[in-house]
Amino acid sequence: MYPEYMRPSLKKVEETRPRRLELQKSGKPVFPPMTAQEREEVLKKFHPDYRPDALRQVRIGPNKGELMTREVADLLESHTRIDPTKFDLSRPDFETDILIIGGGGAGCAAAIIARQHGAKSIISTKLRLGDANSMMSQGGMQAAVTPQDSPTRHYLDAIGGGHFDNKPELVRALTEDGPEVVKWLEDLGVIWDKRPDGNNYVLHGGGTSRRRMHSCRDYTGAIIMRTLMDEVRNHPEDITVMEFMPTVELIMDHHGRCAGGILYNLETEEYFIVKAKATIIATGGFGRLHIRGFDTTNHYGATGDGLIIAYRAGAKLLYMDSVQYHPTGAVFPEQIAGFLITEKIRGAGGQPVNRHGELFVFPKEPRDVESAAIIRECLERKNGIETPSGRVGVWLDSPLIEMLHGEGYIAKNFPAMYRQFIRYGIDITKEPMLTYPSLHYQNGGIEINERCETNIPGLYVAGEASGGVHGRNRLMGNSVLDYNVFGRRAGKYAAEYAKNVKLGRLTLDHVLNYEKELKRAGIKTDRIAPILLPLYTPEEVRKRQLTAKYEGTLR
Amino acid sequence: MSQKIAKKKMAKNPHLAVETAPRTKAMEKEEVAAVPTKMVTVYIMGKAYKVPAESTIMGAIEYAGYQIKRGAGCREGFCGACATVYRLPGDFKIYTGLACTTLVQDGMWLSQLPSIPAHKPVYDLEKLKPDITAFQQLYPEIFRCVACNTCTKACPQNLQVMDYIQAAIRGDIEKVMDLSFDCLCCGLCSIRCPAEIVHYNVGLLAKRLYGRYLSPRSQELELRLQEIRSGKYDKEYRKLIKMSREDLKKLYYARDIEEEKE
Ligand SMILES: Cc1cc2nc3c(=O)[nH]c(=O)nc-3n(C[C@H](O)[C@H](O)[C@H](O)COP(=O)(O)OP(=O)(O)OC[C@H]3O[C@@H](n4cnc5c(N)ncnc54)[C@H](O)[C@@H]3O)c2cc1C
Ligand code: SF4
Ligand code: SF4
Ligand code: FES
Repeated sequence: MYPEYMRPSLKKVEETRPRRLELQKSGKPVFPPMTAQEREEVLKKFHPDYRPDALRQVRIGPNKGELMTREVADLLESHTRIDPTKFDLSRPDFETDILIIGGGGAGCAAAIIARQHGAKSIISTKLRLGDANSMMSQGGMQAAVTPQDSPTRHYLDAIGGGHFDNKPELVRALTEDGPEVVKWLEDLGVIWDKRPDGNNYVLHGGGTSRRRMHSCRDYTGAIIMRTLMDEVRNHPEDITVMEFMPTVELIMDHHGRCAGGILYNLETEEYFIVKAKATIIATGGFGRLHIRGFDTTNHYGATGDGLIIAYRAGAKLLYMDSVQYHPTGAVFPEQIAGFLITEKIRGAGGQPVNRHGELFVFPKEPRDVESAAIIRECLERKNGIETPSGRVGVWLDSPLIEMLHGEGYIAKNFPAMYRQFIRYGIDITKEPMLTYPSLHYQNGGIEINERCETNIPGLYVAGEASGGVHGRNRLMGNSVLDYNVFGRRAGKYAAEYAKNVKLGRLTLDHVLNYEKELKRAGIKTDRIAPILLPLYTPEEVRKRQLTAKYEGTLR
Repeated sequence: MSQKIAKKKMAKNPHLAVETAPRTKAMEKEEVAAVPTKMVTVYIMGKAYKVPAESTIMGAIEYAGYQIKRGAGCREGFCGACATVYRLPGDFKIYTGLACTTLVQDGMWLSQLPSIPAHKPVYDLEKLKPDITAFQQLYPEIFRCVACNTCTKACPQNLQVMDYIQAAIRGDIEKVMDLSFDCLCCGLCSIRCPAEIVHYNVGLLAKRLYGRYLSPRSQELELRLQEIRSGKYDKEYRKLIKMSREDLKKLYYARDIEEEKE
């Protein structure tokens, strides 16, 4: 239930609704879309990436001297969790063909395909299998399947959406494999929404020129992720799943090839050596770094671990100066702050309006522009609504949707959304949601080619942890496709590579060298990375934990 | 006293957005007056803690000082990692809920379930038939269901759990798929079931069988796959990849947009 002091503003939203409904019905844009120049202006002034202190130069490592998001640079300039001299690498605890780091969508897809190419794998994952961003996508997956669409059109949309910074060969792989992924998933038992004629039901997403968003009601991610997990678990003889066993460093051999990783049992606090002929990083994104203090849509384990372990080993990163904020994350009730309100809500006619019930932006601008406009409305124009906990947001007028499409539309098409709010006494068919941009997606990552190879032999990367596929801005629906396309590719190419490689002596020298580099650069810090889990323990409690030695967020 | 501490702690919560409007002293006062932090007592695994009244169970556990390892995944009601059982004062019932979306109540006595022991038989989807035989083979225990409806009452998603088990008993795959579509695999139904059924795995099996065998196939998809295999788009891809940024831009901004229709 909204607090009393918000009532007057809610009333205004109600008052302006009939007028805005007429506008929506007219079929014309409900608010003038911005020109290229206006877009640039609002981005420069209000997008968090453009704030003067948003970026800083990273002082060490393969991308030394490059501007990066401040929190990412901090992550890269941190100490290791381990003392490399304490490991006897000549006695690995486990040996396998492929070590897959991360049990989300990309990791599971890689394991399934690697197995088909004759490789055995170990999946090291931080939480449970499938506790991942992949479980959470609601909107859908892009793939060019309809006759009026084509893979090359999808290519153009993706590369334009990414501000033309995407690596072309990656976009080709993404868009050309798309239809095959739709089929592969269906053969594994994914239930796509269908039209009566059996063809897939497809919708638009931000930045698509053809309707090509495939979905599974609003549990798209959950359905795909659970199908992949179930298939992984159907092959225990070839795929070993290690839960609550994150990888905290990579292992190299003395030829400079990646040769596995050091795993940490979160519960017993033991470390294990996994020797592998090839390694795939599929650790997903970094939302839980709470960049610039933003709430996030991401799962609990999204702390950018893959970036730092790969960087220490010498892998190059790409586009770490850009972060995707989803325009509409929940800000009230506080308990679900950051919760993603899918773009489909605006797609279906939901309008962002300010405290006076007025429209202030075209609801379907690209994500970065829409976010910047919402921030401007709140910060500069002071037309936002404050929440009791000090957040601020604008209304997303959902009742319009039912007026447009008829009663029951929300319950049928947005069950997850409806459920989430009704728990707190907010009926989104009758009252709007309060929203503000939320930290959503890691646009850049570890640079790969279309075979998911990095600049380190034997190290492959797939999914949100990788960089280059989406340039500096990812379109909705392209990352579910991404983790499938590149997860499958990583599985295939890593398996082929693993057939022929003979590893040399294992070493953790790169970790020692990185520590030396930190010292040489004069960087003094007590930061430890990968951080593994975000810190939500109140300060007062931490102060009393007198005998605890914190290493990053964990004792 | 405890209210004061609560406020102090909350202010340092790294969860708070810093990119919000700078607030005046007056605004701050007004707010505090409007919404004082009310505290309630909850018993986390039997120990009493005072926590803000509007916390979720997950928020309360963290507020109390625990670093959660097991028991949190998506934190938004999608993954089912946070199954919790609780009792309320003066009430004999056992309640079930998700820690990430259930609010605390004064006197709540709660425990998170770190994991749900459940079996998942290994199978080959290609060798199963989309009918009752699949359930008979892999989950014969469903036929022991006594129709007590405890599973339905335990479900935090308000799914008709018993009904989907009954549908499985009849071999009605489509119905099981439909009723279990929004299942989070939290396992709360399964720990309450007197017939020891693992409902969510039954639902998952039905969904995979439906997607694989019963869902109608797309003709458009088959055609598109043939086109791609025949190399129909190779030339255009090569052209696009070679194109200068300026030409790509022109092409991009000139592209027509398909109409938005239902
Ligand atoms: C709420 C939400 C909604 C979304 N909606 C959409 C959508 O509609 N369409 C779309 O295309 N995209 C969407 N996305 C984006 C998309 O879901 C993700 O980008 C994608 O799923 C990432 O897949 P992944 O396999 O790379 O990473 P994840 O699925 O996040 O998996 C990474 C895994 O690695 C584990 N891990 C992390 N660190 C370590 C470590 N050190 N050692 C071992 N394991 C580790 C994590 O715990 C996790 O299990 C959404 C994202 C979110 C958060
Ligand atoms: S059906 Fe069972 S496992 Fe699924 S959400 Fe409901 S209680 Fe949880
Ligand atoms: S709890 Fe078990 S026995 Fe009772 S209705 Fe549900 S499935 Fe049947
Ligand atoms: S943490 Fe995922 S459902 Fe609660």
